[in-house]
Amino acid sequence: MNQLIQRLQETFSTGFVGAAEWRGDVAVTVTRDRLHEVAQFLHDDPGMDFDYIVHVSSVDWPDDEERFEVVWEFYSIRKRHRIRLKTRVPESDCVVDSLTDLWKGAEFMEREVYDMMGIRFRNHPDLRRILMPDDYTEGFPLRKDFPLRGKGWRDTFDFLDEVPR
Amino acid sequence: MGLIQLGRHEKDGAPDVITGTVEKAVNWARKGSLWPMTFGLACCAIEMIAAVSSRYDMDRFGAGVFRASPRQSDLMIVAGTVCRRMAPVIRKIYDQMPEPKYVIAMGSCATSGNIYDSYSVVQGVDRFVPVDIYVPGCPPTPEALFDGILKLQERIMQKRVFVAQPEQVKASLKV
Repeated sequence: MNQLIQRLQETFSTGFVGAAEWRGDVAVTVTRDRLHEVAQFLHDDPGMDFDYIVHVSSVDWPDDEERFEVVWEFYSIRKRHRIRLKTRVPESDCVVDSLTDLWKGAEFMEREVYDMMGIRFRNHPDLRRILMPDDYTEGFPLRKDFPLRGKGWRDTFDFLDEVPR
Repeated sequence: MGLIQLGRHEKDGAPDVITGTVEKAVNWARKGSLWPMTFGLACCAIEMIAAVSSRYDMDRFGAGVFRASPRQSDLMIVAGTVCRRMAPVIRKIYDQMPEPKYVIAMGSCATSGNIYDSYSVVQGVDRFVPVDIYVPGCPPTPEALFDGILKLQERIMQKRVFVAQPEQVKASLKV
């Protein structure tokens, strides 16, 4: 088994949900309450040394009990290894710890996750929409129950004097 | 019937007098100095850049002087996918251009939204600015863009310049 998975499993006996390795990609799922501790360990431990955040994204599984999945990807520039960290979030309590205190680069990417999926990040310094306008009211476009063509915003041109054809 | 007709001097037959309408001269000047506004939004912009560069050389048609300011341009080539958030910007820049002004919708995205039938993509730039020429293609080749520009030049040559504007047009222009 992969060394990274093994060490994480030993260090976090509670909180470790599962791990998968596919063609060299390591993905670890942890519970939401231990997420920040695991991330701190990945960031600070000399054996881990993940100093670079690659991406933050999210997945919508509409049929699952815990509907959303937030995914962080980290890379170690010195050790040249990478890991994917996942956690599940239920729709009723759509909050997860922000990792901006560990990786400053997570700020905009977490804002994008909030903008597109509506997942809020606790202790995020500036949680606003980033791609859609601030006054966008139609919801969160990347959710599976959001209509593909939106709810009419793309066809409303409030800056025009007259009604468009 | 050409644009101008050359008269000859009665004694030695040297070119002497040119005749033609002022309207044609004005239109000819307008079509020969179409300064475009750079409005590249996506991959179509690459083809637009190629059309200006030395291999294709859009300057042959007088349309190669790309301006970064709407105040100095006559033609807006909307090249690429128009997102809804970009729409007010395009409209503002169109409003800032001095008359006479022309718009070319370059490529499928600017024409109709192409395959991007999504919540954020405007289904054609003609929803909020008047378009003179639609150039099809994904992206159009520089030759296709030239065809659009030549069609626009033909259209400019047919315009009437020295005619009184109808009252309702004057009212809509807010002058």
